[in-house]
Amino acid sequence: MRPIRVLVAKPGLDGHDRGAKVIARALRDAGMEVIYTGLRQTPEQIVRAAVDEDVDVVAMSILSGAHNHLLPQVAKGLKAEGVKDVLILGGGVIPDTDIPNLKTQGIEAVFTPGTTMETVVSYIRSNLKRDLRE
Amino acid sequence: MKAVEAMLNGSRRDCARLITQVENEHPKAKEILREIYPHTGTAHVVGITGPPGGGKSTLTTRLAEAFRAQNKRVGIVAVDPTSPFTGGAILGDRIRMKSLYEDEGVFIRSMGTRGHLGGLSKTTAGVVQILDAYGCDVIFVETVGVGQSEVEIVQNADTVLMVLVPGLGDDIQAIKAGVMEIGDLFIINKFDLDGAVRAKTEIEMMLATDQRRKAIPLVYPVTASMAGSNRAEGIEAVVEGIIKHRADSVENGQWDARRKAQVRNEILYFLRGELEAILKKELDRWELEKVYQRNQSPRERGEEILRTWIEEGRHGKKD
Ligand code: B12
Ligand SMILES: Nc1nc2c(ncn2[C@@H]2O[C@H](COP(=O)(O)OP(=O)(O)O)[C@@H](O)[C@H]2O)c(=O)[nH]1
Ligand SMILES: [Mg+2]
Repeated sequence: MRPIRVLVAKPGLDGHDRGAKVIARALRDAGMEVIYTGLRQTPEQIVRAAVDEDVDVVAMSILSGAHNHLLPQVAKGLKAEGVKDVLILGGGVIPDTDIPNLKTQGIEAVFTPGTTMETVVSYIRSNLKRDLRE
Repeated sequence: MKAVEAMLNGSRRDCARLITQVENEHPKAKEILREIYPHTGTAHVVGITGPPGGGKSTLTTRLAEAFRAQNKRVGIVAVDPTSPFTGGAILGDRIRMKSLYEDEGVFIRSMGTRGHLGGLSKTTAGVVQILDAYGCDVIFVETVGVGQSEVEIVQNADTVLMVLVPGLGDDIQAIKAGVMEIGDLFIINKFDLDGAVRAKTEIEMMLATDQRRKAIPLVYPVTASMAGSNRAEGIEAVVEGIIKHRADSVENGQWDARRKAQVRNEILYFLRGELEAILKKELDRWELEKVYQRNQSPRERGEEILRTWIEEGRHGKKD
């Protein structure tokens, strides 16, 4: 079976990249192909990279507080490109009270500080929207 | 195939999906590659190789910008190593390529080696063909980095850039064997660093005394260009070098010769795989006891088998 492809991105002007790097390494160690794009991505850039790289998962890490603004824009952008089978995840410093709203806007799950890597890996494995044999 | 039609008509998403199927050797891959093949052959494929951290991705980005300024459509295939232990990979070349992200005229694809040795992945050639059919005028292929046997790029590119950096010193000697021979253009990257001028002189001397290059007149006369790729310095010289290499190769026949060699290699690669499977089956039919007992050498038995099987048309006796 082919490896799961994940785009790990940091939207906005957020310089906190430890979490993103921790996630990237954990997913690699779980056998996934992680495309890491580095800091300061606009939603448009994230959408373009997700399309070109044809990823199964878009995983965004954000600790700046701008999540309510940026994460839904990526979900919208992907939809506009006709990409409906990618799993969109968020993580970082995100208040619990914001999570329901993010979920209604297409961010399927949000992981906050203290999340274990096993949780993230098994969530991804069991919630993919594409068949890895296709 | 619908997706192929759509890709040929410019659908980015279909291009991306076709690449995925080819990369994964999906059952449809064969048909995809067959259908697109007549639409390939126009792109100038430029391989970029050199030690890890030497600035290949940064240089690729600057070169892509320069070709975009000339209104060329650019494809980039960036290969990074897959972990042999987990099968996972961090594909990080895009970090350097931010300036290209919003340009419609650039298509970037990252690939893991997925266990393949040689500096590329097994399906990189197929992915390059898709980008060629998609309409890219120039396709940059960034290899994993120079190791011992990462010379495969030369069988997949029209022009190979060897990206070196100041301070490699003895390492240049070490990578010289085999690997140095594959460069068409030598780039002294990070020219802002100490020792750059010395490195340039060293490379020039090395190339001047390279017997092999002298012996083969068709090899492009190598230029050691300078490029501090962070500062866009020297990039123009490299762009000119790439364009000139193409023009010169077309003129001296190397372009055609190399492409024909590539096609032959691809067929040979396929045949080798298929024949190996046939050979394995055939070998199962032969008695090998004498060889196991060390009463006959493997080579001797092999010759017997060849003679009986190929020349006399008789299979082994077990059945
Ligand atoms: C370390 C740190 C820094 C370092 C960052 C170093 C770096 N390169 O990353 C430095 C000192 C540079 C820094 C600077 C600033 N920081 Co700071 N920083 C922190 C701190 C203490 C820890 C963050 C961290 O690295 N955690 C470790 C990693 C591994 O955890 P994590 O990122 O949360 O990731 C975990 C989960 O969230 C989840 N996860 C995260 N992302 C993702 C993504 C996906 C897809 C998934 C599945 C999971 C997931 O998994 C990870 C493992 O569990 C936090 C406070 C805190 N306790 O979180 C403040 C904090 C994030 N910083 C904050 C602030 C305000 C700043 C500054 C603006 C301060 C200033 N005034 O200058 C600057 C801005 C810097 C910038 N350019 O953006 C605030 C943000 C407030 C907000 N969001 O409303 C925080 C929350 C502190 C606070 N309580 O006020 N900071
Ligand atoms: N000083 C200097 N650093 C450079 C130059 N080009 C690239 N770098 C840095 O070298 C590091 C590796 O670059 P990268 O392009 O990723 O190299 P690659 O591994 O060969 O693809 C990065 O930190 C770059 O910023 C240059 O011309 N001068
Ligand atoms: Mg690189």
